[in-house]
Amino acid sequence: MADTPDTLSADLRRLEEIVRSLESEDTDLDRALALFEEGVGRLRAARDRLGEAEARVQKVLEDAAGHLTLSDFEE
Amino acid sequence: MKKPPEDPHLPLFKSPSGEAGVPPSRPTALPPSPTALSVTQLVSALRRVVEEASGTLWIKGEIAGMKAYGSGHWYFSLRDPDSAIKCVMWKSNTTKVGAAPVDGTEVYALVTPTVWADKGELKAAVQVMLPTAGIGVQQLSREKVRAALEKDGLLDPSRKRQLPAYPRAIAVVTSTDGAALRDIIIVTRKRWSSVRLVIVGATVQGDGAARDLCRALKVVNRLPGIDLCIIGRGGGSREDLHAFDDEKVCRAVAALTMPVVSAVGHETDASLTDLVADLRAATPSAAAERAVPDRADCLRHVASLSSRLAHGLRRRTGLVAERLARTGDRIEVAMVRRIREPRASVDRLAGQLEALSPLRVLGRGYSVARLVDGRVARRRADLPEGTEFTLRVSDGDVPSRAG
Repeated sequence: MADTPDTLSADLRRLEEIVRSLESEDTDLDRALALFEEGVGRLRAARDRLGEAEARVQKVLEDAAGHLTLSDFEE
Repeated sequence: MKKPPEDPHLPLFKSPSGEAGVPPSRPTALPPSPTALSVTQLVSALRRVVEEASGTLWIKGEIAGMKAYGSGHWYFSLRDPDSAIKCVMWKSNTTKVGAAPVDGTEVYALVTPTVWADKGELKAAVQVMLPTAGIGVQQLSREKVRAALEKDGLLDPSRKRQLPAYPRAIAVVTSTDGAALRDIIIVTRKRWSSVRLVIVGATVQGDGAARDLCRALKVVNRLPGIDLCIIGRGGGSREDLHAFDDEKVCRAVAALTMPVVSAVGHETDASLTDLVADLRAATPSAAAERAVPDRADCLRHVASLSSRLAHGLRRRTGLVAERLARTGDRIEVAMVRRIREPRASVDRLAGQLEALSPLRVLGRGYSVARLVDGRVARRRADLPEGTEFTLRVSDGDVPSRAG
């Protein structure tokens, strides 16, 4: 999950590119099929990443020496 | 205005030897022409001295002789019991003040004194004007901070960074027991539940708030993997929000290494952190809404990409199928032609063959005698008495015996 946003962003950007290529007529069939396959993979990945997950809320604690630690935030 | 060349003979300003103000020669004598200044040279030199000596600064005085022109520019004087200075305030600045203050109003003014060349007049160009009545020291200091931030380019729109589209971790600098934090958590959960919120608690009002906010902002810069920072608090009086107008806090906001949204709830007036931040939000909830995308929107976007992807491929393969079909049609036409032509010749040949067929001769009344072994009887000797044979007539065979 640590890399979620960047990869989601990259997946969606790539998907846009793929869709645009497929929508244009000058992609040859082999290439179109390869793009489609890649697109399906990226779609699946994007959907997985958009799966529900409970937001994690943490609190930063700083000790006297200036060390930072994270602990779950009690609401 | 054209800047005159530096004149090495400018005793009034250049000589440190105590000759300042002494004319180059006695007034009755004709001045030697190389040492006489042009008026423009003198006024330019004076202007330079005035501008360098004073810079931009706050002064306090009473408005006198206010002339507010239709163009939006104001001309007036600022005076106190002993002195006065002519002032001009351009439209770009007067629009921020509203109506022109009447003569006698005491104001604070942020001015840049200069010398106008055409009349050789000392003038103060006013950038900010605040009536002293009803204006606390707080607002004055706020204006001072604002001017300082502006001077350092921290309010420059080109500094604004774009917020990340899909932040993974957001630092929140606010009070840990305020409604602001609760609102941010609720909105974030609802819209983009996969985000991680990292709370950096800070005192947001009262003594020490500014110092504590600075500390918290520095902590944010030390946290790894933070994509965005939200700093804010719920609404309050201008006094409550004072820490968010503090110069050090503003500079700490500007020094954040990631984009920052400032949400200091004040309806009518932005706090200075709002102006320094990459984005200003009216409330903490609004800040959270701007900070994270909406999962439902994102899913819709993915669904639309999915259908475009499928449609794109169908369309692409559709084109190929169409081309194939067209090719198929051409092949078929060619095949049909190739098949039809021989068939016509076969038919013709068949007709010819039929005309030559011996069976047609039988039709005219002839018949053929065929022996048991299949030979055709051609002579009487082929058919001795009692020989069995078959007589072929036009419509069939007749079993026969030679008599």
